[in-house]
Amino acid sequence: MPEMKPLRLSGLEPLVVTADSNFVNVGERCNVTGSRKFLRLINEGDYDTALEIARDQVENGAQILDVNMDEGMIDGVEAMKTFLNLIMSEPDIARIPVMVDSSKWEIIEAGLQCLQGKSVVNSLSLKEGEEVFVEQATKVRNYGAAVIIMAFDEDGQADSYERRIEICERAYSILTQKVGMPPEDIIFDPNIFPVGTGMEEHRSNAIDFFRATQWIKEHLPHARVSGGVSNVSFSFRGNNAVREAMHASFLYHGIEHGMDMGIVNPALLEVYEEVDKELMTYVEDVLLDRREDATERLLEFAEGVQQKEKKRTVDLSWREQSVQERLSHSLVKGIADHITEDVEEARQQYDRPLEVIEGPLMDGMNIVGDLFGAGKMFLPQVVKSARVMKKAVAHLQPFIEAEKAEGEQKGAGKILLATVKGDVHDIGKNIVGVVLACNGFEIIDLGVMVPAEKILQRAKEEAVDVVGLSGLITPSLDEMVFVAEEMKRQGFSVPLLIGGATTSRAHTAVKIEPQYGSGVVHVHDASRAVTVAQQLISKEQRPAYLEQLRGEYTRIREGYAKKQKKDVYLDLQQARKKRFGWTAEKAEIVRPKRLGVHPVTAQLEELIPYIDWAPFFRAWELHGRFPQILQDEVVGEEARSLHADALEMLERMKSENALELKGVFGLFPAASDERDRIHISNEQGEKCAVFQTLRQQKEKKGDGPYFALSDFVAPISADVQDYMGAFTVTAGGGLAEWIQPFEDAQDDYSSIMAKALADRLAEAFAEYLHEQVRTRYWGYASEEQMSNEELIKENYRGIRPAPGYPACPDHLEKQTLFDLLDVGRHTGGALTESMAMVPAASVSGYYFAHPESRYFALGKIKEDQLQDYAERKNLQLEEARRWLSPNLID
Amino acid sequence: MKNALEALASEKVLLLDGAMGTMIQRHKLSEEDYRGDEFAQWGQPVQGNNDLLNLTQPDIIRDIHLDYLRAGADLLETNTFNANSISMADYGMESYVYEINKRGAELAKEAVAVYKEEAGRPAFVVGSIGPTNQTASLSPDVNRPGYRAVDYSRLQAVYAEQVAALMDGGADALLVETVFDTLNAKAALSAIRQVYDERACSLPVMISGTITDASGRTLSGQTAEAFLVSVSHFPLFSIGFNCALGADQLLPYIQELSRKAAFHISAHPNAGLPNAFGEYDEGPDEMGEKVRPFLEMGLVNIIGGCCGTTPAHIQRMDELRKTAIVRNPASHA
Repeated sequence: MPEMKPLRLSGLEPLVVTADSNFVNVGERCNVTGSRKFLRLINEGDYDTALEIARDQVENGAQILDVNMDEGMIDGVEAMKTFLNLIMSEPDIARIPVMVDSSKWEIIEAGLQCLQGKSVVNSLSLKEGEEVFVEQATKVRNYGAAVIIMAFDEDGQADSYERRIEICERAYSILTQKVGMPPEDIIFDPNIFPVGTGMEEHRSNAIDFFRATQWIKEHLPHARVSGGVSNVSFSFRGNNAVREAMHASFLYHGIEHGMDMGIVNPALLEVYEEVDKELMTYVEDVLLDRREDATERLLEFAEGVQQKEKKRTVDLSWREQSVQERLSHSLVKGIADHITEDVEEARQQYDRPLEVIEGPLMDGMNIVGDLFGAGKMFLPQVVKSARVMKKAVAHLQPFIEAEKAEGEQKGAGKILLATVKGDVHDIGKNIVGVVLACNGFEIIDLGVMVPAEKILQRAKEEAVDVVGLSGLITPSLDEMVFVAEEMKRQGFSVPLLIGGATTSRAHTAVKIEPQYGSGVVHVHDASRAVTVAQQLISKEQRPAYLEQLRGEYTRIREGYAKKQKKDVYLDLQQARKKRFGWTAEKAEIVRPKRLGVHPVTAQLEELIPYIDWAPFFRAWELHGRFPQILQDEVVGEEARSLHADALEMLERMKSENALELKGVFGLFPAASDERDRIHISNEQGEKCAVFQTLRQQKEKKGDGPYFALSDFVAPISADVQDYMGAFTVTAGGGLAEWIQPFEDAQDDYSSIMAKALADRLAEAFAEYLHEQVRTRYWGYASEEQMSNEELIKENYRGIRPAPGYPACPDHLEKQTLFDLLDVGRHTGGALTESMAMVPAASVSGYYFAHPESRYFALGKIKEDQLQDYAERKNLQLEEARRWLSPNLID
Repeated sequence: MKNALEALASEKVLLLDGAMGTMIQRHKLSEEDYRGDEFAQWGQPVQGNNDLLNLTQPDIIRDIHLDYLRAGADLLETNTFNANSISMADYGMESYVYEINKRGAELAKEAVAVYKEEAGRPAFVVGSIGPTNQTASLSPDVNRPGYRAVDYSRLQAVYAEQVAALMDGGADALLVETVFDTLNAKAALSAIRQVYDERACSLPVMISGTITDASGRTLSGQTAEAFLVSVSHFPLFSIGFNCALGADQLLPYIQELSRKAAFHISAHPNAGLPNAFGEYDEGPDEMGEKVRPFLEMGLVNIIGGCCGTTPAHIQRMDELRKTAIVRNPASHA
């Protein structure tokens, strides 16, 4: 015999079976004919639980997944397609190849058409004659699958050694000669039949299988042998101890004879050596047909065998370790179940409760910090670890208080964190706080909307080592500059950290750092916060680190100054001449079906399909596209777990009615004028608001156009009636109360999660409402049919730009919008002095319907437009300058 | 044709051309240019429909082919990457799929003929078959993971139309490329087999997958070896990877294929990774240094360029391949 060619199969990963490979386990439980539970789940359409059965088998070592949907009451083709498509969306299951198991060709073919990998067909046979066999085998070959051939022909199923080898030999020669099937892709199933049935002719069933296996392996080069093992013990149903022993023995002998793979339940497979020796003797007497009375003796013995069902439990072996190791394990794995009892045990071992924190708990958190630093743990895990840590500390706190410990707890350093005045966004700041606390820093978190004087007062009182500022909206940038100036004026010398979505190294270098000489550091994300803070607090490292930063920031400033000089800007008048040209033909104006202001609400479950998940993962510093991120090699596992937690919390939010989802929108007659204004009227034609838009001035290649949002509305001179809209939605109502229990329990993970989800729901609400407006209320796109992906890509007609964002960076316009829609009355929303929306989980914007309306970035504007704008808006020039400062040329 | 290609491949590393899109961009074509006379009244914008240029700007496409031939390319890819009825639906041009493909193959053949006159060297036209813009293994709807926008039968029918047209236009070989979902590719292979069976003739088939990122997987989640195993049932002329990555990032995956595949191996990487503006910065020399190991280690039989590469890049590869070790696929059978 030549050496066997490898059988190559694949799911997302390859499975290469060579002559040296161990026995290949095929998971058998996704089979409606073999598992009543699976049948029930498929019948009830509970595919989620059915998937868990698949996952469970993969986790328990199945290398190929058998799927069978052959049941009279089920539409087998549909069930096979549905289940396989779902499996393909689960990378931890789709990892392994699939065995498409059916006696119906149409089900097999439907299955093969869903599978990108090289699968196994189970099975074909000569039952319906050679012609059908050749036709089906050729198709299998062309789909690129391997195939199991049953020992079955026109005369029936092979039940003797001779019939088995005769049929297998015939099938082999047809496949290799007529079909061109590679011999290594052929797998024979020479029929495993029950033993111990009491029928004389069944006594040699197992032995005949073993002999046929050996013959195939010796005479049919490269072909393999498989079988459905549990069949053999069919007559011992209800006695799992006997069945498991029999399966173990059957496999042992089968493999000895050359069996390569088998359909088994890997979770219920006993190891041959571990079966009770006496039981095994009785079992093998039956299996190997060693005694006339073997079956009776086994049955008699079996009655005495205690049913010991194998129970699969959570692996708790780590509970056996020392209390220090257990604490560390709980922290690293984020397991809160045992932490209180373990901390209590540790407290009794140590002299002082504080030593438990400084000793084993900090050791554990240091491991977490190291793993996170090395990229081996991800942010959501770290936050879970922190939750466990907080629970542990909470248990110790009363003892520490009681002891009135002499001397203060000395951590790695004291850091004050605050979201600056006018801003309400705190997800990022809270994450940074948790990560720093994990690394031993003492965190004083002043919350949101904190005025400069309060920040500086507390910083003095607490003698903090570092001050950290956070903010999300652009006016916060100026507030940060102000805090830096104040720190200088008041003679501070502690370093200042700058973070938040709107901040940047460039802004920090150009605007903030020159204001404050004692060290300003932009922190890009939470994972950098620890190293930055450590270097700032270390007396040895700090001078060199600050010196290095100063150099970097100076270079950034110089580069920025150079770039500024290079850019050319048009005068406002010129830019206005080269505006985007509005014409009636292009505009395709549709009169809104529902003019006026209308409050709206939504149900949480309606919004779930509209959620754009990628920003949610970014909030947790897991970067990547959705859903691909769930399959990411590095962060996939964590992303899946985070996603699952998020879905679970959404369920809770839904069932507990946690959030008030309120919105309001308005659709109005509108007209633009020469100075980039949009005049809004009510239905009676009375003027009720003016939106001030801003126009691009940075020179473009060619002739522009130089956009302002007003370009998308018909000019007054056009003599046609055009329209625009505006909206605000919020998902933040009720959020603060709902997360209070999390905050009371110091459960940052859940609290951050809830806020991040509320943000996503507000965005989803905005997307949902925009669709409603396009298709129903305005109705210019009543035919539109979009998938969520298309919505996220904004493949629809019309835009909904938000004041404060690149097309219209003037935050003050939110006030106009809020007044126009009477937002306070309809949703309870309000604006802070920096024009941040409260609640934070809110979205507002304009609606434009022009088919060519588009999102653009305003970019920088010249002094002439600033003056024009201040005049239009009736503002002092300096006030206008403050609001538009991020967009002014320096 | 099989034999002519086989023979040439046993002598030297074959040179595939570079990017078509990058070259078209240089012409800064307007909406009107894309429309030409024939589609002046077309009801929707067509700018960006590069494959349409086979009909409206044939001279530009033929000239790009010629530039690549003069740079040393042995294999020209037709300008038909998106010329299937799924992708063309974006422009409402499903009914022009046949014409665009046939003309695409003809234009490349014309360039080959001109060049043969000019330099006396033969070259081959490879019909480019892209992935379409839908995936059979992934759901476009996050909330319905079991949903599919397209299925195998539809893909097979769509591909069969393209294959037949490319053959009618005179393609010498077919390239199923930028495979991000192996199930799409398998449907393409089924379509090719179907057309070959109908016509009782066949051309060499090349396949080239795309490893999307540093995870080392295709978009549909397969590893390099799983991809190889999944398409090995077809008697391929070559297998390889293209796009998404620069040559240096692509190297380990080509090494793996080269170790494990009994087919010829191809690689046509991008000119590095795109910069913040989506442009490719890697010049011919820089990219050449990154391609050099492929040739010196004897990893490939076919080398070329994907996004961002130009005739200058291909010319640099032409110089480098002169000292290459030619991989022998038979030794991996």
